[in-house]
Amino acid sequence: MISDVAEDEEKWLAAGIAGLQQNAFYMHRALDSNNLRDALKYSAQMLSELRTSKLSPHKYYELYMRAFDELRKLEMFFKEETRRGCSIIDLYELVQHAGNILPRLYLLCTVGSVYIKSKEAPAKDVLKDLVEMCRGIQHPLRGLFLRSYLSQVSRDKLPDIGSEYEGDADTVTDAVEFVLQNFTEMNKLWVRMQHQGPARDKEKREKERSELRDLVGKNLHVLSQIEGIDLDMYKDGVLPRVLEQVVNCKDELAQFYLMDCIIQVFPDEYHLQTLDVLLGACPLLEPSVDIKTVLSQLMERLSNYAASSTEVLPEFLQVEAFSKLSNAIGKVIEAQVDMPTVGVVTLYSSLLTFTLHVHPDRLDYADQVLGACVKKLSGKGKITDSKATKQIVALLTAPLEKYNDIVTALKLSNYPHVMEYLDNETNKVMSTVIIQSIMKNKTCISTSDKVEALFELVKGLVKDLDGTLHDEIDEDDFKEEQNSVSRLIQMLYNEDPEEMFKVICTVKKHILTGGPKRLPFTVPPLVFSCLKLVRQLQGQEENPFGDETSTTPKKIFQLLNQTIEALSIVPAPELSLQLYLQCAEAANDCDLEPVAYEFFTQAYILYEEEISDSKAQVTAIHLIVGTLQRMHVFGVENRDTLTHKATGYSAKLLKKPDQCRAVYACSHLFWVDDQENMKDGERVLLCLKRALRIANAAQQMTNATRGSTGSVTLFVEILNKYLYFFEKGNPQITISTIQGLIELITTEMQSDSTTPDPAADAFFASTLRYIQFQKQKGGAVGEKYEPIKV
Amino acid sequence: MVLVLALGDLHVPHRAPDLPAKFKSMLVPGKIQHIICPGNLCIKEVHDYLKTLCPDLHITRGEYDEEMRYPETKTLTIGQFKLGLCHGHQVIPWGDLDSLAMLQRQLDVDILVTGHTHQFTAYKHEGGVVINPGSATGAYSSITYDVNPSFVLMDIDGLRVVVYVYELIDGEVKVDKIDFKKTTTASH
Repeated sequence: MISDVAEDEEKWLAAGIAGLQQNAFYMHRALDSNNLRDALKYSAQMLSELRTSKLSPHKYYELYMRAFDELRKLEMFFKEETRRGCSIIDLYELVQHAGNILPRLYLLCTVGSVYIKSKEAPAKDVLKDLVEMCRGIQHPLRGLFLRSYLSQVSRDKLPDIGSEYEGDADTVTDAVEFVLQNFTEMNKLWVRMQHQGPARDKEKREKERSELRDLVGKNLHVLSQIEGIDLDMYKDGVLPRVLEQVVNCKDELAQFYLMDCIIQVFPDEYHLQTLDVLLGACPLLEPSVDIKTVLSQLMERLSNYAASSTEVLPEFLQVEAFSKLSNAIGKVIEAQVDMPTVGVVTLYSSLLTFTLHVHPDRLDYADQVLGACVKKLSGKGKITDSKATKQIVALLTAPLEKYNDIVTALKLSNYPHVMEYLDNETNKVMSTVIIQSIMKNKTCISTSDKVEALFELVKGLVKDLDGTLHDEIDEDDFKEEQNSVSRLIQMLYNEDPEEMFKVICTVKKHILTGGPKRLPFTVPPLVFSCLKLVRQLQGQEENPFGDETSTTPKKIFQLLNQTIEALSIVPAPELSLQLYLQCAEAANDCDLEPVAYEFFTQAYILYEEEISDSKAQVTAIHLIVGTLQRMHVFGVENRDTLTHKATGYSAKLLKKPDQCRAVYACSHLFWVDDQENMKDGERVLLCLKRALRIANAAQQMTNATRGSTGSVTLFVEILNKYLYFFEKGNPQITISTIQGLIELITTEMQSDSTTPDPAADAFFASTLRYIQFQKQKGGAVGEKYEPIKV
Repeated sequence: MVLVLALGDLHVPHRAPDLPAKFKSMLVPGKIQHIICPGNLCIKEVHDYLKTLCPDLHITRGEYDEEMRYPETKTLTIGQFKLGLCHGHQVIPWGDLDSLAMLQRQLDVDILVTGHTHQFTAYKHEGGVVINPGSATGAYSSITYDVNPSFVLMDIDGLRVVVYVYELIDGEVKVDKIDFKKTTTASH
């Protein structure tokens, strides 16, 4: 059926165009031969094609455009006729003889245009006559196009200020009157269109009607172009008349379109000065009108206007734009009970953008808007509509973007309340946006109150929100989120130790609620924040009059102990051990022996009970020995206990080479260069000998299992350690032991059963080269090395 | 002429949020032929970032690296130079030049790059060079106080290497230059 209709329409249009072209052909011939009578006859016949009521607006427009082009030629002809001496008044009379009213009125408008140009009569009289005569066409579609034609031919002939048609009798008032009248009539025709035809085609008709809206809107555009309309005239004469028509037509489509049109075509400063009138009309519109879009457009325009220049801002204050808009929004939301959440949020989002632009200094306004929004959302629960969610995100992002500073946003007491309405997923996204804003602007959050407020905002990332299931979370996304929290923790900083300690306590309180999956991400940055504070305090003399409440390294270490303990329970033994050792070294630097010992103990317990992976054990031993080597705070007893344990762990590593390396590393626990009381040459030698034994055992093991001797690398490593301590002046390391080791390695390397290892060969070669190098150095070193034969 | 970027111990995000913006603006893709990083990046994001600067990326494992597959040591040859890479927490005493020199002999390299101490150093040693590029983010260290962010750019040209050290001091980037020539005796 539908395709049939479309086909039929094509046919009708083709027929219409054919008829139009045929008559146009004859009209042209008449024009060429200056035959006025024939020209009128054929042009009227041509225009008769526009009398059709079979075409949809779209097709009718096509036909109309063709007729319009022809009429331009005819208008030229009329102009030439008057130049040839034909009276324009006679012409104006003559065309009225056309038989049908529609062709007659098109011809009349065409001549009328020439008539005004001739200035033989005041423009206002001709315009008034034409706009009245057009009432003769009451068929909506035909009427709309006819009046559109009138508007088109007259727009450059209005008696506007400064126009050549302005005169004593012709004023801008007449121009306005003419356009308003044409607008009113066109709108009436347009609105009436919906009642034509059967009810079942209503939807199709509304669509067609929508296609015609610009014909009506064009009038408002023409109005906005009239130079003579100043603010007073707009306020008193134009806007009320337009709004009257808009309100009275009681048509949803027309009301929405025309309100939007008004906002778009007239200047911003006019809107600002007529806010009362414009906003007053809003509640009078049909309840189904999408008023939120209209108001949002208005606020967006005004926001941009405010942003355009600071000079216009006083105007906004003078007319109290914010409170007016705020009131209007409240009223609209109240009036439209069924407005969906997205509408409500969009309105507040626009208002917030507006106030951020216009009153950047009035944070209370912004908070007020958020508060009003919360009020309207209350009782609705988490928002599930994705469009509404998007709007809330826009609402929350606006202050961040405006101030580039989260600290300002943190002052908005209603901000976290709005966030409550986001679903968990979006809440997290918003939290990430907040953190990104902080990182981008390098905002430092410097007090515990602000930190508290911030954690309230980003709690979606810091802990599990109700109803989140861990299975739903993508592992990579989770990592990324938690890394951003980790970064955030570094932005929480105050130079004052007292306040910084408060900040740290606040952070600790929040991150400990994060659960085992988050702690490995959040504990390390907190630990290092603490250690930085410890270092800051470390240089300062402890205030003897300081009361119990002042921050001391001891207090921080207590907090560190609790925090890392929480991490170790996760369990995360390797990370916890590393952090304990970091703390131990910091305690060492603060001369707090018991504290340092406690941290070491914790690290050892973790090593013994939790770290079972052999590779992890090797790393842990490196860190334990490396840290312990640097400790100077321990007395003999504590030190002995700890070194004894460390060497014990080293000798118990799974792989022989790892054992050997760990044991020779332990030799450094007994010999510290810059500490005279830590030069126990004997125990160094014991370690190295033990390492040698393990290296031998390793070699034998390879021999037994593989049938060939393993690499000599371990021996070369031990040789290097011997050389190291030899050079440092350890009396226990003698030339002969070194010489013996060199010979042993040489023999092993030459043995047939040894697996060739170029890397070990090169290592040995470079070690010998080193000995040579030291010999050639001369002086004390050279002398020392002299006896070694290579 | 080959440009080699050496940087390490970023400790992102545990001890620093990101590389300093001034460094980021200096490090642009396409100028550097190799990146060597002794470790402690610590997360994949940093790895990916370095990869955008230069696809030829060599990393050894620091104790805080989440990536477990980085090797403990690594050697590579660039032009006439053999380079060795190791984080350095395995070399005790930490940062001790003589102990690092032993590692250099073991890896049999001309240039040894290590990290861990967060202290920029560059020593000539037995005809070779031992370099620590410091911490690119100026991360907290239990070993070094008042760490300034730093990294090293090596310009390797024939038997000559020029080591440029970029250090961020009070918001200003200071550049230092150290020249090394490889002596033929140390050749392999």
